[in-house]
Amino acid sequence: MFPSAFEYYAPKTLDEVYGLLAQYGDEAKILAGGQSLLPMMKLRLAAPSVLIDIGSLGQLSSATETAEGLSMGALMRHKTIETSHWPHYPLLRETAPWIADPLVRNRGTIGGSLAHADPAADWGAALLALGASVQIESRDRIRHMALEEFFVDLYTTALEPQEVLTRIVIPVPATAATFARYLKLERKVGDFAVVGVAITVSLAIDGTVAQAGIGMAAMSGVPFAAHQTESLLVGRQLTPALIKEVSESASQEGDPESDRRGSAEYKRSMARVFVERGLSQILQQWESTQSA
Amino acid sequence: MAIEATETRPLGKAIKRKEDPRLVRGQGRYLDDIVLPGMLYMALARSPYAHARIKEIRLDQAYQVPGVKAILTGADLEKMNLSWMPTLAGDRQMVLATGKVLFQYQEVAAVVAESRAAAEDAVQLIEIDYEPLAPVVDPYAALKADAPLLREDRDQKDNHIFHWEVGDRKATDDALASSPVVVKEFIRMPRVHPAPVEPCGCIADYQKATGKLTWYVTSQAPHAHRTVLALVSGLPEHMIHVISPDIGGGFGNKVPVYPGYVCSVVMSLQLGRPVKWVETRTENIATTNFARDYHMTAEIGATQEGIVTALKVATIADHGAFDAAADPSKFPAGLFSIVTGSYDFPVAFAEVDGVYTNKAPGGVAYRCSFRVTEASYLIERVMNTLALKLNLDPAEIRRRNFIRSEQFPYQSPLGWTYDSGNYDATLNEALKLVDYEQLRKQQAERRAGGELVGIGISTFTEIVGAGPSNTFDILGIKMFDSCEIRIHPTGKAIARLGTRHQGQGHETTFAQVIADELGMTAADVLIEEGDTDTAPYGLGTYASRSTPTAGGAAALAARRIRQKAIQIAAHLLEVSPDDVEWNGEKFAAKGLESRAVGMSEVALAAYTNLPEGMEPGLEATYYYDPPNLTFPNGAYVAMVAIDRGTGEVKVERFVAVDDCGTVINPMVVDGQVHGGLTEGFGIAFMQEIAYDEDGNNLAPNFMEYLVPTAVEAPHWETGRTVTPSPHHPIGAKGVGESPNVGSPAAFVNAVVDALSPYGVTNVEIPLFPWKVWNVLKELGLTQ
Amino acid sequence: MESRKEDARRMVSVTINGEMRQGLAEPRTLLAYFIRETLGLTGTHVGCDTTSCGACTVLFDGEPVKSCTVLAVQADQHQIDTVEGLETDNVLHPLQQAFWDNHGLQCGFCTPGMLMTSVALLQKNPHPTESEIRHGISGNLCRCTGYVNIVKAITDASHKMQKEPAEV
Ligand SMILES: Cc1cc2nc3c(=O)[nH]c(=O)nc-3n(C[C@H](O)[C@H](O)[C@H](O)COP(=O)(O)OP(=O)(O)OC[C@H]3O[C@@H](n4cnc5c(N)ncnc54)[C@H](O)[C@@H]3O)c2cc1C
Ligand code: FES
Ligand code: FES
Repeated sequence: MFPSAFEYYAPKTLDEVYGLLAQYGDEAKILAGGQSLLPMMKLRLAAPSVLIDIGSLGQLSSATETAEGLSMGALMRHKTIETSHWPHYPLLRETAPWIADPLVRNRGTIGGSLAHADPAADWGAALLALGASVQIESRDRIRHMALEEFFVDLYTTALEPQEVLTRIVIPVPATAATFARYLKLERKVGDFAVVGVAITVSLAIDGTVAQAGIGMAAMSGVPFAAHQTESLLVGRQLTPALIKEVSESASQEGDPESDRRGSAEYKRSMARVFVERGLSQILQQWESTQSA
Repeated sequence: MAIEATETRPLGKAIKRKEDPRLVRGQGRYLDDIVLPGMLYMALARSPYAHARIKEIRLDQAYQVPGVKAILTGADLEKMNLSWMPTLAGDRQMVLATGKVLFQYQEVAAVVAESRAAAEDAVQLIEIDYEPLAPVVDPYAALKADAPLLREDRDQKDNHIFHWEVGDRKATDDALASSPVVVKEFIRMPRVHPAPVEPCGCIADYQKATGKLTWYVTSQAPHAHRTVLALVSGLPEHMIHVISPDIGGGFGNKVPVYPGYVCSVVMSLQLGRPVKWVETRTENIATTNFARDYHMTAEIGATQEGIVTALKVATIADHGAFDAAADPSKFPAGLFSIVTGSYDFPVAFAEVDGVYTNKAPGGVAYRCSFRVTEASYLIERVMNTLALKLNLDPAEIRRRNFIRSEQFPYQSPLGWTYDSGNYDATLNEALKLVDYEQLRKQQAERRAGGELVGIGISTFTEIVGAGPSNTFDILGIKMFDSCEIRIHPTGKAIARLGTRHQGQGHETTFAQVIADELGMTAADVLIEEGDTDTAPYGLGTYASRSTPTAGGAAALAARRIRQKAIQIAAHLLEVSPDDVEWNGEKFAAKGLESRAVGMSEVALAAYTNLPEGMEPGLEATYYYDPPNLTFPNGAYVAMVAIDRGTGEVKVERFVAVDDCGTVINPMVVDGQVHGGLTEGFGIAFMQEIAYDEDGNNLAPNFMEYLVPTAVEAPHWETGRTVTPSPHHPIGAKGVGESPNVGSPAAFVNAVVDALSPYGVTNVEIPLFPWKVWNVLKELGLTQ
Repeated sequence: MESRKEDARRMVSVTINGEMRQGLAEPRTLLAYFIRETLGLTGTHVGCDTTSCGACTVLFDGEPVKSCTVLAVQADQHQIDTVEGLETDNVLHPLQQAFWDNHGLQCGFCTPGMLMTSVALLQKNPHPTESEIRHGISGNLCRCTGYVNIVKAITDASHKMQKEPAEV
């Protein structure tokens, strides 16, 4: 309940952050919203000797939308995203309310969630579906990296000790007719996903799928993008038959583990059910916009 | 909406709670809010193993932490003859482990330091070498002849704790053998934990100069705790002052005495400074008393018409490392023998075998009057199986077997005398509220459309209010309860009781009982509980016993006051006492309506203007030894729908009709029912402390031990019938636990009903989605 | 561990319930304990060790957060509101009154956190539906009430606050 002792710094600039990272190296941990790190420190599952609180870096808490896409600061809180309106990126608003609970969402940040790399995290699934990339900065360089490469392993990312995740960049979708769903099975509010499925689909005027993204939480050791299933969708007309076909495919992707939340077989089945339900809802929504 | 406490004739009215003005301001005074000068903090080192021999404990590193004052181990306690303590069940429990540890998270050492953080720092630096031993997690495995012996301290060299049986085995076997219909079901109630939002804790404050120990503790039974402490520590009982401050929920969790309590007392005695110990949530769930872990087999015999002929029950009770149940002494399986429920079984037999395993010790009565939840769950589930077997509606099978109202007082085959009830009326009320016929129609239509929809009924009878002194005691102390009322000269009263509320609203409801007896308002009566220096002795608040016992004491103490008051009133009215009548609000001169005096005039006279020779003052104490227990009952109907895709169960309707006898405050009763139903829901769907095969606790905190939030908790509909208890002074029976006792079976019966067309008669709780999905999968019903 | 600076305490200043207060805190001191033990405001409770229960909920710059999962040093120069600040001039906040009127509490341990979450909820959404209320308070556990009367109390307060707009 009481973390081990540590030194605390609240730098005002990225340069100061780099200085502290250079000084303390492995000993130091970055503190963003603290909603993953502090709980672990309270249970003494983590005991960094230095905390670098990046909460004062104002430039990391806002988003900019351009013709190319949406660039979100790593410090944007889950709640801010939940209440923002970016019509081109409906999946963000669909996903945010499923994360943790309203109080945790008031502190937790999108960058912190990605850096923590929990395979069951909701942002991981959603941002993979959106084809996002991350911007990583250190004193010496700025790197851009597809999110898929950023997630290396269970709780492990491509971040090096001297680096800070600064921005998340989502490319603009292929068409304006972009629909999204986030489906999550949780045992109660505040539970991580038993299985989470993020779906975003951009449709061409004729109803063929111009672009599709499907991300999955808790279906693998890292947040995971169901590329095979995505490719089955692209270029084809969204119909119940296609939906059936791709949901079968979705259940074959990933590599879920059997645990207290269900067997691997169950989780695969949930992936199928969620892909089917999500896409069916999207189809319905599209049809209703067509008839309107 | 509720009404003010200044209302006259308050009994039965929805009076706003008197405790709330301080609680909504954040000015409750809970254990951890108390800070004493010079106070130190304690933290405990705990075993990572479920079963291991302790080879060596090294403390030097831990002592290096600045601020550490003392570290206590089992070896130190052994020298004081304190390394073991008695449990309320007559077993004994290690305070700090010596020799070996018997469950994961078991207490091994205690650190006292200037701050909590320093105490935790030091705990981390205590080095303990263990030699892991083979753990025994499954209670059936524990009973095998070749199972490792867990309790080396006992003379008996196996893991069997007790065998307890009741009823007529032979007659039951015979009746089963000759019954045309027999159903049998294995029903498990998994291990759960009450987990009130406030964890347990205490501050021991020993003053060397006075020799007095003040012990602030989250206790549902402060008087009993004082006696236990006196017995364990050897301190004279009058030099122990137990104060149980505001309590943030108990549900049975705060009945036992825990090792942390004893350690903090020992440390305060040694250091002469106050020592505070507040457990973390993990410590709460992983070590303080669990509940249930009952593995039950039941057989019901019946005629072709569904009239029950016999009930036979065999149960394995997993108590973990120590039998730390808080049952009345003569009842090692609590009041499990209420297992015949609301039904008129001609014969019955029940047996329970207690078993040790390498799990946390218990089990406590979680929102339940000692194993009544287990019993009710079992009988309500197996009656459902019988209905399925005979293809009878679950309401009908119950009607055919209910104890009829003219049978009360009813002698049950397992030895209880049920006080009162009108089971048909209660069931009918529930069926009416839910519109049962319509519901069944809807079900049929939705089933035809491919939906999995089920309706479940539970018509349970509880046994609460322990209890009459001829049968009920804890460690020899009879289970009466008490009330002392003092009326002051201006007609305001303070009443103190031997119970200790934890949210039940005693400060209001007992004020209503007393005020109603004395023609006062609830606002005029201050209720105090939880201070052993001021309150009369009583056994505390659990097992729905407060209203049946202390509530009876309150009414009878008030009537004792009235006996004296009538003499004073006669004096004031200048008539003979025989000519004074109590009209419910005042003392009136017979035949002269206008000439009447109320309690405030009488109270003033008791101190200023007494009849010749009368002893001054106006107070009374009553120790109430109830003549019998009370038997609340209820009829619950649940409607659920199962998601074929995910296995999730949605509770679409839930109607609960309770009969708890006379209702003191309907608002409070409804509140108790809402809370109990939600815990019953949690038990049916999400709460479980599971262990892996190495004895690791898999749900030691709120991330894994899942309790319902407002989103999962269904919307509850409540109703009531009133069948007063004939023997209770105001006819009240107690209600705090009925909803938790009665509801789990209603949920599960509903799920089974949804699946019964496919041959399902039982599903195991908690009904996590994956579990239900597995059943669907087997039946080929998944989406 | 010995290598760490032991007295790394620093001064933390907060505006709590409108009042400037300061106190010393180690970096590892959680805001909940700073409020309870350093500032002596014990209405904010602690009920778990996994950021699950919400008994510790306070408003941090107006937003409800779990104060057991914020460091006291992070609150330096920020605004904190706790249950003790809800009452104005001896008049209960409409939510406090509604919790009392509707039996929205039993043991009262979750109540301060519930109230703070509800205050923020009604500020953002003055007319919440039952479902919005239930989701809104889903970070706060109550073991006593089954939530029914809490939902009722918040609904009641929302109606009353519309009639007589009260400030927080
Ligand atoms: C009760 C509870 C329930 C939860 N439920 C869910 C859930 O259902 N779904 C879900 O997705 N999440 C859930 N979470 C986690 C929550 O979303 C966290 O907010 C998130 O995982 C971490 O974000 P943070 O800003 O709080 O990061 P922090 O805790 O501050 O940091 C997390 C890790 O990332 C590192 N880090 C943070 N920011 C950066 C950066 N910019 N650059 C480099 N490294 C960085 C830190 O050093 C640390 O190792 C839950 C948390 C709690 C307490
Ligand atoms: S104390 Fe439980 S969430 Fe803060
Ligand atoms: S009132 Fe007791 S936890 Fe909510």
